[in-house]
Amino acid sequence: MKWITSLLLIALLSLAAELYLPFWSVALISFGVVAAIPQTSWKAFLCGFAALFLLWSCLAFYMDAQNNQILSSRVSLLFLKIKSPILLVLVTGFLGGIVGGMGALSASFLRSPETQG
Amino acid sequence: MNLDFQELSGTVKVYLDNRLVPHVFAQKENDAYFAQGYLHAKFRLWQMEFQTYYAAGRLSEILGRYSGSTDLLNKVDRSFRRLGMGYAAEQALKAVEANPVTKGQCDAYTEGVNAYISTLTKSSLPLEYKLLGYAPEPWTNLKTALLLKLMTWDLAGSENDFAMTNARNLFSAADFELLYPTTQDSVDPILPKGTPLYGTSDTPGVKLRVPLHADSTYMMAKGSALPLEELKPDRDNGSNNWAVSGSKSGSPILCNDPHLGLNLPSLWFEMQISTPGFNAYGVSFPGAPGIIIGFNDSCAFGFTNAMRDVRDYYEIQFKDQTRKEYRYNNEWLPTKFRVEDIKVKGQDDFLDTVAYTIFGPVMYEPGYADPLNTGKYYACKWTAQSPSNELLAFNELDHAANYSDYLAAIQNLSTPGQNCIFASKSGDIAIWDQGAFPAKWFRQGDFVMPGIDSTYDWQGIIPQKENPHMVDPVRGFVSSANQVPVEVKRYPYYLSGNFPPYRGMEINRRLEQMENITAADMMQLQTDNYDLFAEMARPLFLKYIDTTNMEPAEKSYYTYVRDWDLRNDPGEKAPGIFNSWWHSLKTSIYGDELGQTKYPVMEPYDETLLEALLKDSSYKFVDDIRTPQVENLKQIATLAWKKIYPSIQQADTFGNLTWASFKDTKITHLLHINELSDPHIPIGGGTYSINAAKSDHGPSWRMIVELTTPTKAYAIYPGGQSGNPGSPYYDNFVDVWAKGHYDTLWVMSPGEQNDPRIQWKINFTKSQTTANHPE
Repeated sequence: MKWITSLLLIALLSLAAELYLPFWSVALISFGVVAAIPQTSWKAFLCGFAALFLLWSCLAFYMDAQNNQILSSRVSLLFLKIKSPILLVLVTGFLGGIVGGMGALSASFLRSPETQG
Repeated sequence: MNLDFQELSGTVKVYLDNRLVPHVFAQKENDAYFAQGYLHAKFRLWQMEFQTYYAAGRLSEILGRYSGSTDLLNKVDRSFRRLGMGYAAEQALKAVEANPVTKGQCDAYTEGVNAYISTLTKSSLPLEYKLLGYAPEPWTNLKTALLLKLMTWDLAGSENDFAMTNARNLFSAADFELLYPTTQDSVDPILPKGTPLYGTSDTPGVKLRVPLHADSTYMMAKGSALPLEELKPDRDNGSNNWAVSGSKSGSPILCNDPHLGLNLPSLWFEMQISTPGFNAYGVSFPGAPGIIIGFNDSCAFGFTNAMRDVRDYYEIQFKDQTRKEYRYNNEWLPTKFRVEDIKVKGQDDFLDTVAYTIFGPVMYEPGYADPLNTGKYYACKWTAQSPSNELLAFNELDHAANYSDYLAAIQNLSTPGQNCIFASKSGDIAIWDQGAFPAKWFRQGDFVMPGIDSTYDWQGIIPQKENPHMVDPVRGFVSSANQVPVEVKRYPYYLSGNFPPYRGMEINRRLEQMENITAADMMQLQTDNYDLFAEMARPLFLKYIDTTNMEPAEKSYYTYVRDWDLRNDPGEKAPGIFNSWWHSLKTSIYGDELGQTKYPVMEPYDETLLEALLKDSSYKFVDDIRTPQVENLKQIATLAWKKIYPSIQQADTFGNLTWASFKDTKITHLLHINELSDPHIPIGGGTYSINAAKSDHGPSWRMIVELTTPTKAYAIYPGGQSGNPGSPYYDNFVDVWAKGHYDTLWVMSPGEQNDPRIQWKINFTKSQTTANHPE
């Protein structure tokens, strides 16, 4: 439950933060949420990862649908060498996940070793 | 959307229609140019800025020294710098800023571009900036001048002086004239044969003195081969334009399709600019104010390239290696130096010190692009290095109400020289072969020239009134397609340049026959795939290829050409077969002679070979001089056929023999990124068709304007209004263009602001309050 709450909190706060702040603000959000609601390191990482993976994938998917996949078709060809907008969406989500996960992981390391299960 | 700017003096209303064409309405002209700058930047910022980097020799700054295997620093940046592109742009800017009209126009335009740039954040930068990792710098009037010089280079920056000099060194005088004649028999000049040149029979305004001994010391001088390290524009930069008078079509109709490199984002940006002083519609250059090709409420105007040689090389003799003094008319003149500071991404700056002489910048010297180390210095003299204000020509054309306004406007057009076509609602049609053309004696500037004195220098510029022109001719039409402007023999000056004859002949032949012309007829003509060159050359194919020992498959390819309707339609197989054979034949005929030196030699034109073979099948160069026996045309033509047969068969096996696949037209992103380009465009046409769509080059703006009231106009271009590869408007015109279809242009009137075609609106205002302004 704590994990799900943290995940939703990270996702929602990140969504709000990204309206005004640069992309890396999501790392700070993940960090802050895990600092406030402590979790063990692997759970923390997964929590941050999943939150940002879902957020960025959904956002990218939505924006891509709005654009009728014109840009993603060209960019996926350019970077992934195959025409696959959905793969580009997943790669985007993955990158977001890494950033969120690392932020969360860092926060979990801040806590003393005893509190880590 | 409402935008406030203190630079404005009034309100500008912009309506973007469903083709993303902006219709700009302003009370003050400079406010309209401010909005135009803003809109160009909004839709095309990366492209317009990138092109100014290109023109200024600054590509290394953003791309690094190498791009792939291309040495950008040496092959592109130093080439443009040493040609004096920056110097030329500065000269042009002086002329532009000396005139209050163009100064105000450019200032407002620049402010508009910068107003848009200031709205950008890192995340809203155009895609290409992100891919390359840089950001836009402020726009300046100089950048506009650079952009116009890039266009000038593209259209008037080509000559073959070095390759011709090598050819002169290689061949005897008689052979040279056979290979490189200065005109053809079958040519239909812009001014038909027999037309009076000018009203008066004045002796020429520039009386030419041919240098003594030019025949022996210049025409037939023999020297070592010369370097050829040139950055060259496409030699087929050409165009078609014509205007028919009311006698043929009720009201005059003007048509124009400039043939240029096919790129994305597109070269052109379509728009309407409406102010109390003028109401012009057409295409603009992203990076420059005004409408370049288009029409207003009274008349229409367009251009084809004049193709004249306005760039020559002079060999300079410096006193010593410091290049501080050079010999001129038995004196030592001081050199002016211009230091070119070339920034290179990830490396130290490269400093190139270019020597400027009375002839121009020393482009080639031991330290640059001379792989043979001849140790010689060549200065480049180019009309584009003199101050001129082409922007004023476009500004005045946008305002022109009648023929005399048009005539006054084009006086400002120096370089690139253009065949300026005109038609008005009052019924006039006209064409002027306009530009600053050096008055040259026969063969002057075909080869590099001695620069130790003024003997070989240009003796003047041809007076404007002696430029070839035609107004309201009895035949009811004027036209040009880059052919020679007048009968060479009758013109008092040497017409040097590259003048392809066939499109012009075909256009004139068709227009002669047409009566009661409609816009639909003009569309059909502008997109016509008929190949006049093939019509004239196919008899050689049929007469000289030996068919006796052909395999059945081979025979079937031969039959395609025999039964061909001479149209380069996309699904035809004959054009690929015929063109392959022609090129193979040409190589077989000239390859042995030209291959005698390892240095670049000018290849004779197709029309030269065709005329020679039609006249005389025992043409001197048919024989392969590398073999002991003497070959005849039949043997060579058959051999050329046997050589291409395997590749034709292979192309057919892979399904690539149909003409569209064979020539494979592609619209390439300016950075040559495949993923941002549009490959494999299914379009016919070719070099010798009126529809001159080649693989990377073609009709860049097809326009047809009926000068009725109200004006009816139709146009299309191979691209789209947006430069953003993620926009549906990036390339939405391409399919329409490839099919040969047109969009109907909408000249919006002030009362139509609720028209359903309008998709977006932008209001530019001076103050915070959005008051109601009359439109």
